[in-house]
Amino acid sequence: MALIKINRDNFENEVINSDKPVIIDFWAEWCGPCRILGPTFEKLAGVYANTLKFGKLNVDENQNISGKYSVQGIPSMLVFNKGVEVGRIVGALPESLLKEKIDEILSSL
Amino acid sequence: MIYDTIIIGNGPAGLSAAIFAARSNLKTIVIGEKLGGQASDAHLIENYPGFPSISGFELMKKFENHAKIQGVEIIYTRAQKFKKNDKKHTFTITTGDNEYETKTIILALGTTTRKLNISGETEYLGRGVSYCATCDGAFFRNKTIAVIGGGDVALSATLYLAELAKKIYLIHRRQDFRGEPIKLKKIKESKNIELVLDTVPTGITGEITVTGLKTKNLKTNQEQEIKLNGVFIEIGSTPTTVLAQELRIKLDEKGYINVDPAQHTNTPGIFAAGDITTNSNYFRQVITAAAEGSIAADSAFKFIKENSY
Repeated sequence: MALIKINRDNFENEVINSDKPVIIDFWAEWCGPCRILGPTFEKLAGVYANTLKFGKLNVDENQNISGKYSVQGIPSMLVFNKGVEVGRIVGALPESLLKEKIDEILSSL
Repeated sequence: MIYDTIIIGNGPAGLSAAIFAARSNLKTIVIGEKLGGQASDAHLIENYPGFPSISGFELMKKFENHAKIQGVEIIYTRAQKFKKNDKKHTFTITTGDNEYETKTIILALGTTTRKLNISGETEYLGRGVSYCATCDGAFFRNKTIAVIGGGDVALSATLYLAELAKKIYLIHRRQDFRGEPIKLKKIKESKNIELVLDTVPTGITGEITVTGLKTKNLKTNQEQEIKLNGVFIEIGSTPTTVLAQELRIKLDEKGYINVDPAQHTNTPGIFAAGDITTNSNYFRQVITAAAEGSIAADSAFKFIKENSY
């Protein structure tokens, strides 16, 4: 499944009101580690296609959302379920470790 | 399929080794987790010849493209296990899904960011605690922050952040700085940077995000809490040598891999390059890592030639 571009216009609909849990990668163009994480995150979007919705949020264009959730370090991946933040993963982790952390959060739901 | 050399690590040393190995017609792959390693986090690199000023990530992207042009395959994963096949004189490297057999190995794993190990450090990661000034500086525009450290990376981070933050406390455990003097001079001339010397951080406090940093002066034992919004930890790094230990490769007392001037380790067929080694006088620059990588590749090439497989 493709990555959804999240912004202030669709945040409510795609994240808060989503039936499935959602993971959002808060990132920016100028952040090296964010760009390193990019391909891994996209690959995992395919792996978790049935259980988890994957989105990306550009912090430059959506400062109101990163501010609201106190994101002060990127890349940060926030996991939402039923409209609430249920987990947060910070940093450009390698695929195996990222998968481990996502599974841990999903199993706690 | 037996590779001629497998390079572990895709920072400056590993990618440079890959370019030289491929040009010596060695069947080469690179296994690495993070493109560019520590160099990717550098805001600007201004001492790599030919590039007066370039972001660390862009420079590393160029290294990677160069290796790919030479036909090197780069596998983004973690090398998990090593095995020595004594009879065949080869090594087997295991990643999550695959096994790779190779005649030689070049270890270019670099270093891992060092942590302070104080209260609040893990809790507030991404909420005011950062190890990457270029990634997170923008969240602290017009705010008050601290940079912890006295090395070159700490000075670079401070200068970068000084353009964004309202006020910076540069906290260092000693009087003297090890970083480039030209950077220190700029720092002393900056109006929004305050040096806090002979001082160590003892705890990070906060609510949802960071609100303060507790410190202790080592000379006077005086403790205080500075009110601030962010703490950038830039206290250097330690060598990533878990894999080297598994191969029983000799390390020095600080944990760096002992190599000779041709980048040989004490195990025949295994070479090491970059920040992980004892070479280049611990200078830890992109240029020294790249140079060591090229020498390691040449040594691997000579080793294969001398030991007819």
